[in-house]
Amino acid sequence: MTATPQDPLALIAEVTHRCPLHCVYCSNPQELTARSNELPTDTWSRVFHQAAELGVMQVDLTGGEPLARPDLPVLVGSARAAGLYVNLITSGLPLDEERLDELLAAGLDHFQLSFQGAREESANEICGAKAHAQKLRVLDWLKPRRVGVTLNFVLHRNNLDQLAEMLSLAEDSSASRVEFAHVQYYGWAFANRELLLPSRDQLMHSLDFFKSAEKRLRGRLRVEYVVPDYHAKFPKPCMGGWARKAILITPGGQALPCHAAAVIPGLRFENVTEKSLREIWESSDAFQKFRGEEWMQEPCRSCDRRAQDFGGCRCQAFLLAGDAAATDPVCSLAPLRSKVDAVLAGVSRIPIPTTAERSWLYRPNPA
Amino acid sequence: MTPDPSSRPHLAPGCRLGENQGHRVLMMPERALRLSGPSLEIVTRCDGKHTIAEIIADLQRLYSKAEPQKVEQDILGYLQLLHDQRALDFAS
Repeated sequence: MTATPQDPLALIAEVTHRCPLHCVYCSNPQELTARSNELPTDTWSRVFHQAAELGVMQVDLTGGEPLARPDLPVLVGSARAAGLYVNLITSGLPLDEERLDELLAAGLDHFQLSFQGAREESANEICGAKAHAQKLRVLDWLKPRRVGVTLNFVLHRNNLDQLAEMLSLAEDSSASRVEFAHVQYYGWAFANRELLLPSRDQLMHSLDFFKSAEKRLRGRLRVEYVVPDYHAKFPKPCMGGWARKAILITPGGQALPCHAAAVIPGLRFENVTEKSLREIWESSDAFQKFRGEEWMQEPCRSCDRRAQDFGGCRCQAFLLAGDAAATDPVCSLAPLRSKVDAVLAGVSRIPIPTTAERSWLYRPNPA
Repeated sequence: MTPDPSSRPHLAPGCRLGENQGHRVLMMPERALRLSGPSLEIVTRCDGKHTIAEIIADLQRLYSKAEPQKVEQDILGYLQLLHDQRALDFAS
């Protein structure tokens, strides 16, 4: 029953759940880890070395907001010393030029700055904080410095009219990459789904925009985009397949196959304070559970696409079908596709932009 | 667009040579290329010092059994590919 795993390529290190932003689509779980339960510096350092031995090439230092950890430069240095490519995924708060230089001196390879939009007011509304102006300052600081830069824009029904302004921000910056990521509906985004889902027209327009931008900027700026899967014909190959490419470590040291896996009932997650990363990767129950194809139901089990999309997303299957082993209901072949269509039909009646009686559920800060 | 043979390619910010399980790799945001043989010979010369013409001449010597024209075309194609992925800058 157990499939032999290939080596993981990426380690997603959620070094803290603390964050000065409260984004309504945060990918963190609803149950956040308190500061007092965060792994200490030396445990992270050990995890980075174990990851490199396991074949991991890149570590994403993320959170929460990784800058909330005073020891972040030390974490960057130890990940780099382990031989990893070190990527920081950040909101840019709290940061000043001195701290930025410390991070670069420690060996930071790449700086991924997240934006909630291109217009200050709507961006600040989405993150429930006055963050946008600081992000623009960070872009200025990055310009003269030698580090890889990606700008990441999370897209939803209320900022899809800002695509051109977002692209201009990226073109005027030192970024070599820009990511346009439609919201994925897990965690806090699932709770705010009706206020975030784009219309089909908005989606089609955005795809045309990305394709022409990609062509126009080839060789100057890499334009990458993630399609929202509620509108798709086939599901996304979530995480490149369950436990095939990446390991996520929570602030408290639990090892998960993806950001949202904690929503699936009955999965038991191992902790890096108790087992080595190799043991966890190769034999922990949670990683083995949906590895390979044995767990699949029809229509996935006999589908020609099963090695391409791996049945879609297990967390989404649980959230929408109530069964984590079901075919991802966003798939047009899924028995429960009608559930997704019903959600889309529901939101198509909500006006865009959604201004009246809007009530966001903001992500709080953990203790 | 063909790169100018007098330009001196160098790795773009955010891209560097690294090692993974005994193999040389070109590390870049969200991806890595395992390098060996000609790809390794080319990328290690993308140091801002070698011109494209020099890289071509070096590899034509190293792979003297191959058709020189073919070596040149392969190198130009590879450099263009890396440039389009924003892994290389062509400084003159």
